[in-house]
Amino acid sequence: MEYVIEMLNITKEFPGIVANDNITLQLKKGEIHALLGENGAGKSTLMNVLFGLYQPEKGHIRIRGQEVEITNPNIANDLGIGMVHQHFMLVEPFTVTQNIILGKEPKTKTGRIDIKRAEKEIRELSDRYGLKVDPTAKIRDISVGMQQRVEILKTLYRGAEVLIFDEPTAVLTPQEINELMDIMRSLVKEGKSIILITHKLKEILQVADRCTIIRRGKGIGTVNVSETTESELASLMVGREVNFKVDKQPAKPKQTVLKINNLHVRDKRKVDMVKGLDLEVRAGEIVGIAGVDGNGQSELIEAITGLTRVQSGQILLNDQDITNKSPRKITESGLGHIPQDRHKFGLVLDYSVGENMVLQTYYKEPFSKRGILNLKEIYRYAKKMISAYDVRTPDAYTKARSLSGGNQQKAIIGREVDRSPDLLIAAQPTRGLDVGAIEFIHKKLVEERDKGRAVLLISFELDEILDVSDRIAVMFDGKVVADVKPEETNEQELGLLMAGSELQKAGEGK
Amino acid sequence: MTTNHKRSAILIPIISVLLGIIAGAIIMLVSGYNPITGYSALFRGAFGDAYAIGETIRRTTPYILSGLAVAFAFRASLFNIGAEGQVIVGWLTAVWIGISVDAPMIIHLPLAILGAAIAGAIWGFIPGLLKAKLGVHEVIVTIMMNYIALFSTNEIIRNVLTDHKTTTESIKDSASMSSEWLSSMTYYSRLHYGILLALFVAVIIWFIIERTTLGFEIKAVGFNPHASRYAGMNVSKNIILAMVISGALGGLAGAMEGLGTYGNISVMSGFSNIGFDGIAVALLGANTPLGVILAALLFGSLKEGANEMPTGAGVPTELVDIIIALIIFFVASSYIIRWALLRYQGRKAK
Repeated sequence: MEYVIEMLNITKEFPGIVANDNITLQLKKGEIHALLGENGAGKSTLMNVLFGLYQPEKGHIRIRGQEVEITNPNIANDLGIGMVHQHFMLVEPFTVTQNIILGKEPKTKTGRIDIKRAEKEIRELSDRYGLKVDPTAKIRDISVGMQQRVEILKTLYRGAEVLIFDEPTAVLTPQEINELMDIMRSLVKEGKSIILITHKLKEILQVADRCTIIRRGKGIGTVNVSETTESELASLMVGREVNFKVDKQPAKPKQTVLKINNLHVRDKRKVDMVKGLDLEVRAGEIVGIAGVDGNGQSELIEAITGLTRVQSGQILLNDQDITNKSPRKITESGLGHIPQDRHKFGLVLDYSVGENMVLQTYYKEPFSKRGILNLKEIYRYAKKMISAYDVRTPDAYTKARSLSGGNQQKAIIGREVDRSPDLLIAAQPTRGLDVGAIEFIHKKLVEERDKGRAVLLISFELDEILDVSDRIAVMFDGKVVADVKPEETNEQELGLLMAGSELQKAGEGK
Repeated sequence: MTTNHKRSAILIPIISVLLGIIAGAIIMLVSGYNPITGYSALFRGAFGDAYAIGETIRRTTPYILSGLAVAFAFRASLFNIGAEGQVIVGWLTAVWIGISVDAPMIIHLPLAILGAAIAGAIWGFIPGLLKAKLGVHEVIVTIMMNYIALFSTNEIIRNVLTDHKTTTESIKDSASMSSEWLSSMTYYSRLHYGILLALFVAVIIWFIIERTTLGFEIKAVGFNPHASRYAGMNVSKNIILAMVISGALGGLAGAMEGLGTYGNISVMSGFSNIGFDGIAVALLGANTPLGVILAALLFGSLKEGANEMPTGAGVPTELVDIIIALIIFFVASSYIIRWALLRYQGRKAK
């Protein structure tokens, strides 16, 4: 079988580190080839080499047997390589068609954009691969899953033969993920080839033909997916045995820590997002909130933590009313919060790791006295935390910005957990992290539970919800629509509940 | 990595200044002047004798304070273009108190200085409040506040402090910062005690920024208001506070002129430029107090030395303004210099 793309013995160095060390990746025509590696293993670097953004120090690239030199992304495009980015590059107020033709507009004889012709072509492409995209819809009116398909169409419209998917499922619901898998299969059936960058093992097993693994910049090898298992892939990626099942004893819930009564919250556009929600979390249990993004989870967290005003209803933390109190009051009443967006809320990226460690406690002794900081104490504490939570950083004075995502998250978790809060809110705590870091974080959450804390976990990953939670509250359209036990349900049922089906109907579907 | 960052923070302003001076030399050459005589006249004018040195330091003094004003606001990610207006109201208030109050020096002088700081603080408070509560951009408000300061000050000088004159009477001796000792040491230049105050304030500001919870909050809000709110900081309060402190520093810069250099205030046909130059000083000084002191000294010596250029070398003072403008240009385009530095270092690393 011929290879469409061969990246042979690629070595790419940056000052101080070897990002890619002798990596070989060979993509067969018509296959889905997974590229697996932890965060920071060098997957993106390798793809940027293929895309012409970096020049490798050693090694060469062959496209359909021809040796090529890709010095900029335009050459990659001309060679038929297209990238579906993790963060979509779309203009929101434009239509699907306008986005797809952007930069490559078909013109009529008089020099005007031939939008009719473009729409026709895009509709044909969409039908051919079963994408079901409406070319006239505006981007801001369509779902995230649909936006991703627009990105796929964009590469196809530009004549891509090889599609690179960069962590494509990170933003999708379980149903959308399944649909994406079908789309990928129909793409290869039509003769396209796919490179799937991911660190999600399940997806690889589900859809990929072969898998190339890289670990800390080194090529570990390529395996046939049909001949491997999840745990083999995981240990190849991490370099050690990985424990998938979250180790935990049954929960022993005690007194109620968080109680929410008939909560109503609006978002910034003044649209009701939480509509009469009731929820209870007790000490010593992990309650997972399952739901499709945009059903009020973010607003719920912001309301509990004091970042958004509550319209009506009541939030009780340890029987104390914290409704519409300031974030500091709420933090001091015993709340720890691992925020969903760690860059926006969790860290001051331009502050050092040490400064970030005391972001909520800097005004208290021993970190300051009468308004004057005790830097010695702050950094002594930071060093202790760095080793206790295994935050990999050159030192406590390094800016948080230069840490990897997993280590940033470990720093936040350390900070939030170390205050010994009665209630710990973890919003998407493992988003974008690799299995090693996920394992660590899940272990910490269970540890906190066992210490008698109440843990509220919000996640869009059903695996995570099912593995970690002791109780699952399904959120749909601003309300908790079902309260289920993880051992009595499954992904299908949860998926249906999340889409708004009643529990009974979902039960029949089992 | 951090050391690298620090090194380029020092290197970039120095390279910018050198490039500005080289560009100035080229302009002198093109216009038919000898750049060497031009620059030696400039140097003589700034440091040639004790008098020149005294005058240079005198000029540097308000620049330190207006530079600190802009730099402090910058640390909260606020662009205080209103330093100019804060200088003017500070100047006016200092002179007003200096003229109208009768008290022994130990009360009168601190009162006048404090009054100037409070006037500037009020001028900073208004844009701070509008920014924090209504989201009005501080650049627009501070620009407008500058005009309000300029024209109301002129009106007060003409109709309140004097009877349709253009200059007020001199402040009482008990409110004056002028120093016989410093003055006589520098051949009777106008050097006054203000420089000591300015340096002291710079140390205080450094301490606030680097060592206090207040500075911790203000910087955090400047870097990331969302994370600051999440961490329980009061973002609005910190924005207002940053503008108030910034304004107070601007007001102090005005007091230097009112209580030190001139001892009075005159109707102004245009802005004093002390506040506007403070923006450049802050930029050049990388928004750190030490950097601001050095940048202020550079500005003070360029402006003072410029006086010598027409007589000493026949070069028009406008040229000095061009050189200063070029230096600011190169500082503002420090991105280009940083890029060139990176490329150079990258090549060396290879």
